[in-house]
Amino acid sequence: MKKFSMSSLLSQLLLLLFVIIWIIPTFGLFISSLRDKDLLAISGWWTSLTTTEVNEIYRMSGMESQIEEDGYFKIKGKLFEDNSGKKIESFGITSKNINEFNIGDVAIFKDESEVFLDENGNYEWRSKSEFKKKKGKRLFTTSLSPPSFTFENYREVLFKEGIGRAFVNTMAVALPSTLIPLIICSFFAYSLTWMKFYGRDTLLAIIIASLVVPLQMSLIPILTIYNDFGAFFGVAAKSYPGVWMAHTGFGLASTTFLLRNFLKSLPNEMMEAAKVDGASHYDIFIRIIIPLSIPAFASIFILQFLWCWNDLLVGLVFLDQVPSEIILTAKLKELLGSRGENWEILTTGAFVSMTVPLFIFFALQRYFIRGLVAGSVKG
Amino acid sequence: MTILNLVFIVFLGILFFIAYFHISNYILDIYGNKSLKKYNLENSIRVVVFIAPAFIVLFIFILYPVFETIRLSFYDKFGREFVGLYNYKWAVNDPEFRRSIFNNLVWLLVVPTLSTFFGLVIANLADRIWWGSIAKSIIFMPMAISFVGAGVIWKFIYEYRGPENTQIGLLNAIIVSLGYEPQAWLTIPMWNNFFLMAIMIWIQTGLALVIFSAALRSIPKEMLEAARIDGASEFKIFFSIIIPYLEQTILVIWTLITIIVLRIFDIIFAMTNGEWQTGVLANLMYDWMFRGGGDSGRGSVLAIVIMIGVIPILAWNLYKHRQEQKI
Repeated sequence: MKKFSMSSLLSQLLLLLFVIIWIIPTFGLFISSLRDKDLLAISGWWTSLTTTEVNEIYRMSGMESQIEEDGYFKIKGKLFEDNSGKKIESFGITSKNINEFNIGDVAIFKDESEVFLDENGNYEWRSKSEFKKKKGKRLFTTSLSPPSFTFENYREVLFKEGIGRAFVNTMAVALPSTLIPLIICSFFAYSLTWMKFYGRDTLLAIIIASLVVPLQMSLIPILTIYNDFGAFFGVAAKSYPGVWMAHTGFGLASTTFLLRNFLKSLPNEMMEAAKVDGASHYDIFIRIIIPLSIPAFASIFILQFLWCWNDLLVGLVFLDQVPSEIILTAKLKELLGSRGENWEILTTGAFVSMTVPLFIFFALQRYFIRGLVAGSVKG
Repeated sequence: MTILNLVFIVFLGILFFIAYFHISNYILDIYGNKSLKKYNLENSIRVVVFIAPAFIVLFIFILYPVFETIRLSFYDKFGREFVGLYNYKWAVNDPEFRRSIFNNLVWLLVVPTLSTFFGLVIANLADRIWWGSIAKSIIFMPMAISFVGAGVIWKFIYEYRGPENTQIGLLNAIIVSLGYEPQAWLTIPMWNNFFLMAIMIWIQTGLALVIFSAALRSIPKEMLEAARIDGASEFKIFFSIIIPYLEQTILVIWTLITIIVLRIFDIIFAMTNGEWQTGVLANLMYDWMFRGGGDSGRGSVLAIVIMIGVIPILAWNLYKHRQEQKI
């Protein structure tokens, strides 16, 4: 018995290890997207989870803010906002010795002016003579900084970097690219399953062959067709309807295949009974097939939607890379090139692009898995 | 195009297809019954109405392009003049092409194998542990996100700063804390391929995992119990019972991931753009579609090479389909 629990413990540890390795990359991205961009550039994201010691340089206000009080000229101010939660431990007045003074000490500059500093960053700088410089002196602080997070990066990325618009564009690509194949393939699958006509088996074989045809085979000819079409009718060669139809084409075989597998499992007697009652195929489709197929539709919808949402190649080839058409993945790739060092933009942008898939994943995981498993049975 | 316009055309696009089916069938329902029934024409027209949109799309986007791509591979860069095997000869002698083929083969060898293996191990572990379904959920999650998103996630992990700076990339931070020099991982030829493959394995393991989880339930509990009572170790059970029992599933998953890996494009395009010798066929093809105004001949050859990779799988699927039809 003891041996059994030992092996169970080992399994748990091993699984825990896998889980940690798998979650850390995404977790790091998420944490980074919530960090202050200056801190993000100089320290690893894991340091932001605990209270850390940070060294900073601040400059006090200059002569304009001085007041006369108790025979001194005083400049009062704050080094940082209260809500940052930082606590200063020690400070200095020269870059050579940044930990020279503790909180409560009075630091005296060469010009005999004095400065008091409390742990919240409030300072009082006073001098017997009038301050004459426009810029104040520098203070070097060492403080303990608790974890602090901000949505600033999201505001920046959504509205200034064009990710917000790309999000809308991606939705405008993905929704029709999912619904159109679902509509036309459900009729297609229905006729392949329940209608008798010449060439049905050949058509089915073509569908099965098309399942594995890489979309690279279609890129050049379709692009040529679109260019010719655009030139002939005097419209843009790259457009939203063009992308929808391309996604419809590339998703057609798998959607039809999955739906047909599902429809095949429905009892034949039901259709026969409806037919005897005088229902046409369209009646049967609307009244019987659609209500029964909702779970299958849900699975296929999720698979195709995620595929379209996450796609890069189709959006890259069949849409212009302009703000009104660029999709999220293409935008991210563009940012990787142009803002490769600005991790606050990249991490936040990536997380924005992941929101919809992650929502679908957590809300509808059951259907997602069901679709994947159904699709894999035949490969 | 404003957002309002966009919403409008999205609705219009979807509505168009619903309207097509509804109106055509409505007309058929009204007139079909009276005049066409005796010739059995109604049914034939209905079949055409049901099939036409999907078939037209299938023809334009899959069937015609397959033959057109084969034709274009024998033509010059504009698709105008017949050049025989010129493009194929170019490919065989092109070092970039050879590099891509080699990389693709390494990908095909490593990614499906490791993803399948990890998927099987994790499914097996999670099956016996009370918090297993949460673990599965977490490991499955990368399946939902885009390759480019995953690329950003991992690029951040591989991020490199000079040795004098604080490392903000996790991998280099670990390396430095162990006392080694930080490395620019993605620029080390050959090794960088494996760093890119790690991303794909990270994603595809989830796929293998969920399918294995479903398949594991089909193993009779009594068989496992009997083995345990006989004193077989979990290790032994895994290799002697579970793996042989899931042989079919393993094969299916392995092929599934192989097909996905064969056309891998996004990860490499986003991470290295094929530099530092990381290029694969799909990237090279994309390159040739636009390089120097585009070369449809060379691009087509590359597409065909990718296609050749899936032909055995295609043939096998068709064979299995035939067998089922006979039953």
